[in-house]
Amino acid sequence: MRLPLLALLAAGPAHGYELKGALEKLLGAAYPQPNVGQIYVTLGRLEKSGLIQGEDVAQSARPNKRIYRLTDAGREAVRAWFEEPTDEPRVRDEFFMKLAIAPQTGLADQITLINKQRRQYLNTMRELSRLAAAEDRDNRVAQLLIEGAMLHLQADLDWLERCQEELE
Amino acid sequence: MSRSQAPADQGPAAPAKAPPLLRAEGLVKTHHGEGAPARAVRGVDLTVSRGEFVAVTGPSGAGKSTLLHLLGGLQKPDAGSIWFDGTRLDSYGESQWAVLRRRRIGIVFQFFNLVSNLTVADNVELPALLAGSSPKGARADRAELLAELGLEGKERSMPGELSGGEQQRVALARALVNHPDLLLADEPAGSLDSRGTREVLRLLSRFHGRGQTIVLVTHDARMASAADRVISFFDGRIADDAALDADGPGPRRRGKGVAGVLELKD
Repeated sequence: MRLPLLALLAAGPAHGYELKGALEKLLGAAYPQPNVGQIYVTLGRLEKSGLIQGEDVAQSARPNKRIYRLTDAGREAVRAWFEEPTDEPRVRDEFFMKLAIAPQTGLADQITLINKQRRQYLNTMRELSRLAAAEDRDNRVAQLLIEGAMLHLQADLDWLERCQEELE
Repeated sequence: MSRSQAPADQGPAAPAKAPPLLRAEGLVKTHHGEGAPARAVRGVDLTVSRGEFVAVTGPSGAGKSTLLHLLGGLQKPDAGSIWFDGTRLDSYGESQWAVLRRRRIGIVFQFFNLVSNLTVADNVELPALLAGSSPKGARADRAELLAELGLEGKERSMPGELSGGEQQRVALARALVNHPDLLLADEPAGSLDSRGTREVLRLLSRFHGRGQTIVLVTHDARMASAADRVISFFDGRIADDAALDADGPGPRRRGKGVAGVLELKD
């Protein structure tokens, strides 16, 4: 959550609740939203490390709200974030470990494991299709997020197919 | 193999009820080409109930298209039997199969297989006329289907003037014009871009929603996941036959499921 929040603040100062709203608007309903508590905790940490600076603003009839702005160090951190290529997603290592170890244990059959995993992925794929249909067509960022998840899942399914071909 | 009996077949106390729409038992097909004989289908039992949407997935070369061709009578099995709506088809010759496909089994293919020198309208009307519709009735059915499939205004076009996605929609209209009990689809989006794929998928889901029985062969998991049931086909056999979660919120599955897939990590 740290760097996305920092990057959102590059557009201008905001308070925690505004940042939550900005994330929701950007990523759509499909994205599992962080709760506002998580956001406040993260903002507190970012402030402690000097990447943002908070300022309390008095509100009539309501508690103060704290508005955060990016510091120079924070702006540098966002720049560095964009500069760095991102790590590749990892192969599902837990399932891979199950598959690799199963034959030695005598407790599970590899093909059964693959079939079970495939059912799980197919059901998730089905949910993703439903989400894509429910999501605002014009929210391209949200649609791309879902499509990315589907393509990853398709790759995982292709890989299960390869496992099955090799092991059957 | 597992779950070859549809749920409707269970319960011995049930009184004489409608037979499953499609049943296959012990299907075997070996291709004899150059080189070693290829055993494309090696003993398949399968039941499809009325109104079901079944997807068959698997790697290319697993024999899933051959299976579909056997189910549509486009190839003859070396062994095994097929029942359609309770009638055993072992003795059916090519012409009887052709009549069955004209009236009760619609098929769409990866490469559309439209008649290239007939207009869109004629491609759709022809099977209706062959099945005995009046010219007026065929025209009306054609107009309704083309409108439904978003092809109004393309009636006089030739297939070659249409995009792949449009051609596949014409092929779908042709397959459905005689209101077949069963729709067989062999990689219907296999030569389409992602937009065309979504379009075909949306239409299949819509017709299924109205009760159309569909057997879809696809290597695309997104398409397969639209079905009620997914059969995984490996090396000529059914490796798994899984009912997917029904639509709606559904039972919570173990693990984080869709949320875990979508969540961005810090």
